[in-house]
Amino acid sequence: MTQPDPVGAAGAPVSGTPASGTPAHRFGPPSAGAIAARLRRSGIVLPFGVLFVVLSVASGSFFTKVNLLDIVDQQASTLIIAAAGTLVLVAGGLDLSVGAIYALAGVTSAQLALSVSPLLAIAAGVAVGLVLGLVNGVIATFFRINSLIATLAMSFVVSGLASLVTSGNLIIDYSHPAFADLARWQFLTVNMSSWVMLLAVVALGIVLSRTTAGRYMYAAGSNAEAARLAGVRVQLVKLLTFVLSGGAAALGGVIDASRVLSAQASNGQTTLTFTVLAGIVVGGTSILGGEGAIWRTVFGVLFIALIGNGSDLLGLNPLYDQIALGVILLLAVGADAWSRLRGAGGG
Amino acid sequence: MPERPGLRGAHVELKEISKSYGGARALEAVSLQIGRGSIHALVGENGAGKSTLGKIICGDITPDHGQLLVNGKPVHFHSPRAAIASGVVRIAQELSIVPTLTVAQNVFLGSEPRRAGFESRRELRRRYAELAAKAGFHLDGDANAGSLRTADQQKAEILRALGRDAELIVMDEPTAALSRPDVGTLHEIIRRLARSGTTIVLVSHFLREVLELADEVTILRDGHLIRSTPAHGQTEESVLNAMLGRTLGATFPVRQHVAADAPVLLSVAGLTAPGASDVSLEVRAGEIVGLAGLVGAGRTELARAVCQAVRSSAGTVTIAGGAIQPRLARLRRAGPHAALRAGVAMIPESRKEQGLLLRRSVTENVSLASLGMVSRRGLISRGAERQAVRQMLAKLEVRAHSQAAPAGTLSGGNQQKLLFARVLLASPRVLIADEPTRGVDVGAKRAIYELLTSLAADGMGVLLISSDVEEVLGLAHRVLVMRAGRIVAGLRGDEISEAAILGAAFGSAGKGTP
Repeated sequence: MTQPDPVGAAGAPVSGTPASGTPAHRFGPPSAGAIAARLRRSGIVLPFGVLFVVLSVASGSFFTKVNLLDIVDQQASTLIIAAAGTLVLVAGGLDLSVGAIYALAGVTSAQLALSVSPLLAIAAGVAVGLVLGLVNGVIATFFRINSLIATLAMSFVVSGLASLVTSGNLIIDYSHPAFADLARWQFLTVNMSSWVMLLAVVALGIVLSRTTAGRYMYAAGSNAEAARLAGVRVQLVKLLTFVLSGGAAALGGVIDASRVLSAQASNGQTTLTFTVLAGIVVGGTSILGGEGAIWRTVFGVLFIALIGNGSDLLGLNPLYDQIALGVILLLAVGADAWSRLRGAGGG
Repeated sequence: MPERPGLRGAHVELKEISKSYGGARALEAVSLQIGRGSIHALVGENGAGKSTLGKIICGDITPDHGQLLVNGKPVHFHSPRAAIASGVVRIAQELSIVPTLTVAQNVFLGSEPRRAGFESRRELRRRYAELAAKAGFHLDGDANAGSLRTADQQKAEILRALGRDAELIVMDEPTAALSRPDVGTLHEIIRRLARSGTTIVLVSHFLREVLELADEVTILRDGHLIRSTPAHGQTEESVLNAMLGRTLGATFPVRQHVAADAPVLLSVAGLTAPGASDVSLEVRAGEIVGLAGLVGAGRTELARAVCQAVRSSAGTVTIAGGAIQPRLARLRRAGPHAALRAGVAMIPESRKEQGLLLRRSVTENVSLASLGMVSRRGLISRGAERQAVRQMLAKLEVRAHSQAAPAGTLSGGNQQKLLFARVLLASPRVLIADEPTRGVDVGAKRAIYELLTSLAADGMGVLLISSDVEEVLGLAHRVLVMRAGRIVAGLRGDEISEAAILGAAFGSAGKGTP
């Protein structure tokens, strides 16, 4: 599921000097900035690997199929939302409404599943997210309101709507087990929710790394004015990222409602929003736009999940998780800032 | 009437000052004396080095070589702050007023009267009133600075300079944004400041203003000091003549003749947009049309309107056959993408702010405007992309250590070539190049000249915006001169001369001046 980053893909030599047929590799020792940039680009893999090995050694129950599949399954919704959130960040935006959309989509589909077919309930939940994503996008692009504030405001509106749908109650779907198929039905002993996640993440990864739309997202986030003058419809591209983010948040909400056969308005919300953002940033996607990759986000989200899972298995005080997460987040953002300051092309 | 500054002694003395940007020399061994209490004007064409010189005097930039003496003592200003401490203050063309503060707060920004850490409003008012009376200004200190007219904001800036005990004020184009009565008032203020002993260094495009105000005029050309003489006895013509007559030996490629019946590729009729009013022009196949004028004359604004980067309020832009209708554009928001599809591509003025994705790869930068060519149903074929980009890079002889290198790691000239590569990959019919050789070295300049000439020879229409008159003379088949948002002269054949272009641009005697 790892898409190589377009920049990371080693380029063929530029035939600027036609005389020399030798591949032009990097010249000279890499600068501190270049190292920082590379660390950020693939830096998450190393700590992830170390943590993985340490946990495998320290706890007998960590490296088991049940535990690993469990981690992935639990992170399914977070991974989907973070993958779409990566697109938003790359294009230079920020979506703080994903937690609220997750909640509203969850309660909407859970409520509908009580009366209509599960498939329709699921579709309706996702549709709610797509529409809200569109609203986010229109506000943030065409009305030119800073996306941080626009989506923060929207998150309050959407939370309120979620409470309206539930009237403050917990919606319980135990009598409609068919609704659980989205999350619980198994294929090759792996839960449907994990398969849906895999599909969504790979699809988003392809969009970002292989399509013209993805390329335009990088361009819009790197230098919106330059992209515009080069013929990129920056606003449409950014709008698309918000729609995808809204849809992904809703899909996550529906999957989790299906998993536990219940939903309430207080699900997700800000905690989820910030967990998602932390995963993206720890993975090494820049909050300033123009850089990032889905595979890094996957590692980032799973890295955070491993910290929680590991401390559970080892019986550590869960309070340390949060402290560790905070420190890791600072390190990730610090690496980004440092590479921008000293990095290649930071001029 | 004019003071003779020599009698009062030199306030500032420059010795052999040199400054380069990249490969481009901005100032070459300039030596100059500025008398205390005099009004000293720096004049020259765009790029002659007058603004650079002004910035060196007030510490905005540090010279590469040479010495700066203030009151006979050598100084090394590494920041404007250091210069202010020595009584040297610059008032930039873009004013630096904090719009949300009051006038008085702006004037004393950074040196507010304080009592136990809190701003003392009463003391602020008292000091402001004192200062305004000294300068003879009538400007409400409690007014919101952002709501002031430009002329009054400028007064606030002057007060701020005086409030910092400035003995020398460098004014960069102070009247460029002012209406006529305001200009008169400002001139009066400048004269009064000089009478009271403040030295004024005036960087200005307006020769009439310079001759009216200045005691001494220093003329620069290509970074060299041509002469520094009393203004008395000089005429606009004598100053202009001194600004002309280049010595740069750059050679230009041979221009292909444009057939009389060459089809019109770009036709602009009555285009009005912010900064450009009622502009009409045509560019034919194989033709390089030079667009000359002073900085701020509206050339870039015109280019942006033609490329649909800004919305125009009236007029039409037509590209060989297809039309981009600004009126329709307002409804359908036709942007640069529509212009590109119609066949007009632009190389923007500032490659870092408007051109490149500095942290993205060379490949991505070049293919950005033509991804459709190397993709199928939205999926990019990376092989085809790299191949197409590689060919274009080879054609333009771009030097990069790899196609995956971030664009920001390339040299200025190669960065500029990347922008050419980008637009050429999109194979436009009309190319608008806005200052394509700014900040590139001589070698890259020459390569860009050859490129532009060969593109035109292959039938492209080129609109070349350049502040370098020599460049326009050497490349263009036809020259349009803009002033204050309008085209004031159209020159062709033998009419094209440096004198004619500058005359029209400065608005003094010259061909085609209305």
